[in-house]
Amino acid sequence: MKPAAFAYHRPESRAQALALLAEHGDEAKIISGGQSLVPAMNFRLARPPILIDINAIPGMDDIREEGGTLVIGARCRHAHFEKPVSSAPIGLLLSRVAANIAHTPIRSRGSFGGSLSHADPASEWCCVARGLEAELVAESTTGRRTIPAAAFFQTIFTTALRPDELLTEIRLPLFGPGWHCGFAEYARRAGDFALAMAVVACRVEGGVIREARVGLGGIASTPVTSPEAVAVLLGQAPSPALFLAAGQAGADATSPDGDIHASGEYRQDLVRAMIRRALTQAFA
Amino acid sequence: MGGIGRSVTRLEDPPLLRGQGRFAADIRFPGELHMRVVRSPIAHGRIEQIDIADALDCPGVVAVWTGADVAEIPPIDFRQMRIPGLGDYRQPILAQGMVRYVGEPVALVIAETPYQAEDAAELVFADIEELEPVMTAVQPLGEFAPGLTTEAGVVRKSYGDLAAAFEAAAHVFELEFAIGRHTGVPMETRGAIGFWNAEQERLEMHGASKVPHANRLAIAKMLDLPPEQLHLFEGHVGGGFGIRGEVYPEDVLVCLAALRLRRPVKWIEDRKEHLLAANHSRDQHHRIRAAVDAQGVVLGLEDEFFVDQGGYVRTHASTVTDLTAGMLPGPYHIPAFAAAGHIRLTNKTPAGTYRAPGRYEGTFVRERLMDAIADRLGIDRVEIRRRNLIPAEAIPFKRGLDALGTEVVYDAADFAGLLAKLEASVDLPALRESLAARRAAGEQVGLGLAYFVEKSGLGPFDDVILSIAATGRVEIVTGAASVGQGVETVMAQVAASVLGVAHTDCTVVHGQTDRIARGMGAFASRVTVMTGAAVSMAAETLKDRLRARAALLLQADATGLVFEGGLIRAGEASVPLGEAAAACAAEDGTPLLTAEASFTTDHMTYPYGVHLAVLRVDAETFGMVVERFVVAFDVGRSVNPMLVEGQIHGGAAQGIGGALFEEFIYSADGQPLSASFADYLLPTLNEVPMVEALVLEDAPSPINPLGVKGAGEGGITAAGAAIAAAVEDALQGRVSITRLPITPGRLRILHLN
Ligand SMILES: Cc1cc2nc3c(=O)[nH]c(=O)nc-3n(C[C@H](O)[C@H](O)[C@H](O)COP(=O)(O)OP(=O)(O)OC[C@H]3O[C@@H](n4cnc5c(N)ncnc54)[C@H](O)[C@@H]3O)c2cc1C
Repeated sequence: MKPAAFAYHRPESRAQALALLAEHGDEAKIISGGQSLVPAMNFRLARPPILIDINAIPGMDDIREEGGTLVIGARCRHAHFEKPVSSAPIGLLLSRVAANIAHTPIRSRGSFGGSLSHADPASEWCCVARGLEAELVAESTTGRRTIPAAAFFQTIFTTALRPDELLTEIRLPLFGPGWHCGFAEYARRAGDFALAMAVVACRVEGGVIREARVGLGGIASTPVTSPEAVAVLLGQAPSPALFLAAGQAGADATSPDGDIHASGEYRQDLVRAMIRRALTQAFA
Repeated sequence: MGGIGRSVTRLEDPPLLRGQGRFAADIRFPGELHMRVVRSPIAHGRIEQIDIADALDCPGVVAVWTGADVAEIPPIDFRQMRIPGLGDYRQPILAQGMVRYVGEPVALVIAETPYQAEDAAELVFADIEELEPVMTAVQPLGEFAPGLTTEAGVVRKSYGDLAAAFEAAAHVFELEFAIGRHTGVPMETRGAIGFWNAEQERLEMHGASKVPHANRLAIAKMLDLPPEQLHLFEGHVGGGFGIRGEVYPEDVLVCLAALRLRRPVKWIEDRKEHLLAANHSRDQHHRIRAAVDAQGVVLGLEDEFFVDQGGYVRTHASTVTDLTAGMLPGPYHIPAFAAAGHIRLTNKTPAGTYRAPGRYEGTFVRERLMDAIADRLGIDRVEIRRRNLIPAEAIPFKRGLDALGTEVVYDAADFAGLLAKLEASVDLPALRESLAARRAAGEQVGLGLAYFVEKSGLGPFDDVILSIAATGRVEIVTGAASVGQGVETVMAQVAASVLGVAHTDCTVVHGQTDRIARGMGAFASRVTVMTGAAVSMAAETLKDRLRARAALLLQADATGLVFEGGLIRAGEASVPLGEAAAACAAEDGTPLLTAEASFTTDHMTYPYGVHLAVLRVDAETFGMVVERFVVAFDVGRSVNPMLVEGQIHGGAAQGIGGALFEEFIYSADGQPLSASFADYLLPTLNEVPMVEALVLEDAPSPINPLGVKGAGEGGITAAGAAIAAAVEDALQGRVSITRLPITPGRLRILHLN
């Protein structure tokens, strides 16, 4: 469990990092929190010849609000979200989500952008980004582009980032008045990658749900949305029966794969339960 | 003053808490080389050839060996419980033509740094022709080697008239049970350092544990060395649980390499290797039949079981199978019994003992059977046990079986008494009522309880050399080993009790083959019983001499002398223990006053107890939460109650792991799918409740001077059985649990059907 040999760079500015990426491209990998990359290197499942460490670059873990948007610096650690980072509903939601990610030591190193770039289908941040329709900002020496989450996650451990691109920001809606957000997951042990998870955000006006977003994780090669659950929710007044119906619709539309931890059918049951629970939490 | 019965803090802890521990990886010799083992990626196959050229060319590489380089070294022999026929199934230190599990050592690389060794090891290419693997112990027999089937042996044990029992039966039960493949996972992985000590012209192995003396003889024999030329040294050990410290291929390989290369050779196992290479355990399949009378009393039991031994038979030989059969009847009277345990080879990591070997499995089977009888006959699950328990009047009770080569005689017990104490301590009727109320309110919550009998204190002997310096400091040299369980503290407490000194004034030496000629090591909950007895005997011998000497020095009557506070007192007058010891030593013409003692026994002593679990099942996820776990455990006499409780807590956590989480899963073609901690799920603090220990001393053992029984395993033994019972109770008979571990996915399927 010793990594293969690699060269190590620790740029002190974003420009330096981008230049290194432009120079080395495919050969190089960014290291952020290292909580996914280092284990993979120790198992020799990953053997990048060059590492570019972004931990010395100032400003990469800033968080700010811009209009209706929460802008998260890619290197922001999971632990940073344990207390709400915003008084808007997104703040409370992210703190509830963060509590489910791994354990304290991992949360204190692992980063939001690292999770998205790694694109584990059972990553909580990936589920949140996809379900709540985040926009992801990537930079390279040739410029900067914004990628919608729907286009970002391509398949397991694969994103739309080019080898010369650095993920710099994640932009999530703050969710203003009238929005209700919730999250639920099931894992065999506290801190494990979940067998299934759901994130929801609903806007209620005049007693009925006018807008809804439902994201699911851990059940396919990427995080997904559930338009079927959304369809059940729209135009209806929130109620336990509605939450269950949304869960059922969401579950019926999925066909998760099985592995040693859970069969596909079991995961489908969990999807129903997690949508129901996330909605229950959102309206509690 | 830290004598017997006091919960003093551990003598072992200060260096460990300060980060000054010396675990295997902390041992460094100048000029040391690093060994990396190349392991088979294939479960079953014939080695066509192994290409080592590229590896040899790598920087820093000193040697690359394959099976051909060690062909003259015999396979690893059995340490205990050798039965006819097993010999052909022993493991070579590097594969000889065949591979039989993923992870089997096929080659090794020795290099200047661990990184170089691992880089080069990747370039060793073994061309292996794949053969069909055997992946369960219950499938029809396959071929292990020409002329050898995959059944290495069958262990049979019986007593009583089974045919008569079944004839007399009002009810006959036939059930099948399975216990998953899991094992002890010590926090410290294995490690071994071979060192040729040129000054003393001897080979040394550092990083030894569990049974250094036995391993010394075994390795010396394999390497054709006189035993005097090999010494083993135990440092700090980060947990053993039965699996660590046996002779494994890697231990022999570092010794052989150090001998051949005349340089220190170090091997530190990584976690992935550990899960593939260190002994697995459990993985049994039982088919049990019971003859039961109209009142639910078991008249006879017949059990046929299959042990998934994995790719080879390792040092334990038939130990686990033997203990399963010999201990299966547990605390119940059961007048007739027969068991046949089949040791079956498969293409998985070889198996050996793990904390409560054979009893975790057998207790699951027997206690599940008891629950099934109770349920079918409409008898309360606690009452059915009461009706079958061996009555206190029948103790000592000769079971009519043997286990580990000794006759099973329950030496002291009040089985019904312990059950009654547990019921009172948890207020069982009230507890059941509150659970019923919660169920009525919609929760799925239940209670399970299971009885167990453990064994401990395996002989045949333990030696101790005890000496007292002029300063009053006591040194206790033992042939025991420490796997982290508190041996030093407990032995010091025993000596302190006898000699009236502080336990902190005692130094305990263990696991050093150059300090004492013989030693049995640490396994089978034996150390407190066996080594403890020897320590007390040696201390008593010295006390007699000191008493006589002090009587002269103090001009007092020997019978009235009191040993306390490091002094020997006669009323107001006193002499320091060290001074009296020095006077004796001067008389002997030796630097220290020394006594040797040996405690021998042909019998084990049998602690026993009950586990009780309260567990909740989530209606949507089938997730299970253990809310409460209680262990009532009679240990005869508790030398250090805090350490006994610690053993119980740790054991219970592991028992919960085996019941709900831990399992080595393989694909149909023999690939291990649980080879990291992401997939092999150990319970954490989040999954284990605060274990409640009810430690009892109602049945001290009459067969050793301290009355103690081993406390190392009773925390784990009945956990699987109790948790399974609690799951059934939570779901109120909608499922029947016959297999461990109980995973949410499996429970969901049981519930659907
Ligand atoms: C025991 C354990 C349990 C865990 N449990 C969970 C869990 O329950 N849920 C969960 O979501 N995660 C879990 N993780 C993973 C953890 O959250 C990781 O921290 C996270 O997945 C990756 O973030 P990182 O900053 O550590 O990224 P790194 O490991 O540094 O990098 C991961 C990948 O992303 C790339 N990368 C990183 N940052 C950027 C960037 N800014 N631009 C472009 N590419 C980049 C790297 O090149 C690499 O390929 C667990 C990890 C461990 C060790």
